[in-house]
Amino acid sequence: MLGFIIQRFLQAIGVMAVMSLIVFSGVYAIGNPIDIVIPPEATQDLRDEVIRRLGLDRPLYEQYFIFLVNLLRGDLGRSFVYNIPVLELIGGRLPATLELVLISVFSASVIGVSLGIYAGYRPESWTAKTIMAASVLGFSVPSFWVGLILILTFAVNLGWLPAGGRGATIDIWGVAWSFPTLDGLSHIILPAINLALFKLAMMIRLARAGTREIMLTDTIKFARAAGLSEITILRQHLLKLISIPIITVFGLELGSTLAFAVVTETIFSWPGVGKLIIDSIAVLDRPVMVAYLILVAFLFVTINFVIDLTFALIDPRVRRGAAS
Amino acid sequence: MKRQSTPFTRFWNEFRENRIAVLALSIVVLMALLALFASFVSPQNPYDLANLSLMDSRRPPGFVGTGGYTHWLGTDPQGRDLLSAIFYGLRISIQIGLAAGFVSLSIGAALGILAAYIGGRVENLIMRLVDLQLSFPAILLALVIVALLGQGKVQLISALVAAQYAYFARTAYGAAKAERGKDYIEAAVATPLGSRLVILKHLLPNCTPPLIVVATVQIANSISLEATLSFLGLGLPVTEPSLGMLISNGFPYMMSGRYWISVYPGVALIILIVAINIVGDQVRDQFNPRLRR
Repeated sequence: MLGFIIQRFLQAIGVMAVMSLIVFSGVYAIGNPIDIVIPPEATQDLRDEVIRRLGLDRPLYEQYFIFLVNLLRGDLGRSFVYNIPVLELIGGRLPATLELVLISVFSASVIGVSLGIYAGYRPESWTAKTIMAASVLGFSVPSFWVGLILILTFAVNLGWLPAGGRGATIDIWGVAWSFPTLDGLSHIILPAINLALFKLAMMIRLARAGTREIMLTDTIKFARAAGLSEITILRQHLLKLISIPIITVFGLELGSTLAFAVVTETIFSWPGVGKLIIDSIAVLDRPVMVAYLILVAFLFVTINFVIDLTFALIDPRVRRGAAS
Repeated sequence: MKRQSTPFTRFWNEFRENRIAVLALSIVVLMALLALFASFVSPQNPYDLANLSLMDSRRPPGFVGTGGYTHWLGTDPQGRDLLSAIFYGLRISIQIGLAAGFVSLSIGAALGILAAYIGGRVENLIMRLVDLQLSFPAILLALVIVALLGQGKVQLISALVAAQYAYFARTAYGAAKAERGKDYIEAAVATPLGSRLVILKHLLPNCTPPLIVVATVQIANSISLEATLSFLGLGLPVTEPSLGMLISNGFPYMMSGRYWISVYPGVALIILIVAINIVGDQVRDQFNPRLRR
């Protein structure tokens, strides 16, 4: 087991090293950030001074080496545009994204699992068929388009909800959150629905498949024979049995929802990390791009590492397969 | 039925039974034809700036413009007739989807089949790479690559390919791995045939059904991904707008109630994607031996 952990850990570090090299060389091979940072009317002396200060006059491999050393010290550089440390910049935007992602994934899971159980419990009813047809739409319609329609319907035509921004926030432990205020909550509804729809469709399908399978097992027959009410059976037995695959997917999806937030945040001008990265790509703010990509890569490598370990703990075949 | 011998007629007869799938297929064919003959069916060439008049910009559906004909779906901020822009946009979206789908199919299938055929270190290396890539969301990969490579058709297709080839590789690998263990492949390997012949003549044809299924779904995904990237401003140049770019162009005007600039191209996009997905679903069900009657 220890050998397996070490092997996977080394692999994860290798992946991170390769990712950092690709991201760095890729990002630094495009465009010329100097034109963005320095106003065109600046003197040549000033230009040289700024280029030197940003370290852009050194050869690429030296820049990479400096970047790597700084990275290991937890220093990801300063944004060219905002001129503050990148980590601070991303950290400041992270709560907005987290808030949005958590609310979407959580509500998608609760609603999706309930609808999915119903669709699996009465698969022939027309309600179930409607739910399933809607879930197909949730899979195939691009999420940016859903966002547009949400804005058009609820913000422009009906005027019920705001079309963008974060609304009023409240500071809790020095971090601004939207959800505790009524105004903030009204701002979060549309983007959260937008981000949640894809996950909702997936949760419905997972829960439905699980329910249909479990309803045919002896567990349910015995529970019925024991005289338990249908509601109790669903709540006490079925929910427990279908929850294992759902929880696994829930964990996996947290990561990919963070990535999908890029689209939702752009549509609804939600001031999170996703909006930041799109804006940074537009103005070639290299340190922010590099830091974001490295952080995302780190997040996914960590998630995969944890999943690998969990599976190995549960399933001895995985361990042996790695050893041979 | 007199001639139901060829696999294709058998396949088609089964396909025909699902009316929704037939409807979806005819929609896909119709849209492909509209895209192909866009220059004949459109009232206007939306890329020819000499044709456009700013007098006509942002007009609602049904408006009769300076060209003397009715803009049934209205006009966009540049004064383009939206119906024509949608036909031309369809052409670009389908082009990109097909190109990206075909290239990722070739690369992915080659990698997957090679990994299964050769085995050992090569198999490990390729499949670890593919699995790793599958764990990253495709949209993020495409976003990063477009950001790195810049704008343009080739760059966009490369980004889509990089984001999608792994699905084909996984599918081809699974199918080829199962076939590789069967006796007829062992027999073919035992003969003095070269590896190339064994792979091309025996292994590849038996791996195609699942690849076709993935290809339909992935073409729809490419089109959707391209639209998303264009919407984020990372797609094609503005001069030849794809459907996603048309939607993106109309977005700022939506707040003032000029919904048609974004909505109609979006409707076209969705009809196309959903139709392709329905066809793909039906094909998958027909290839699935567990659902065979």
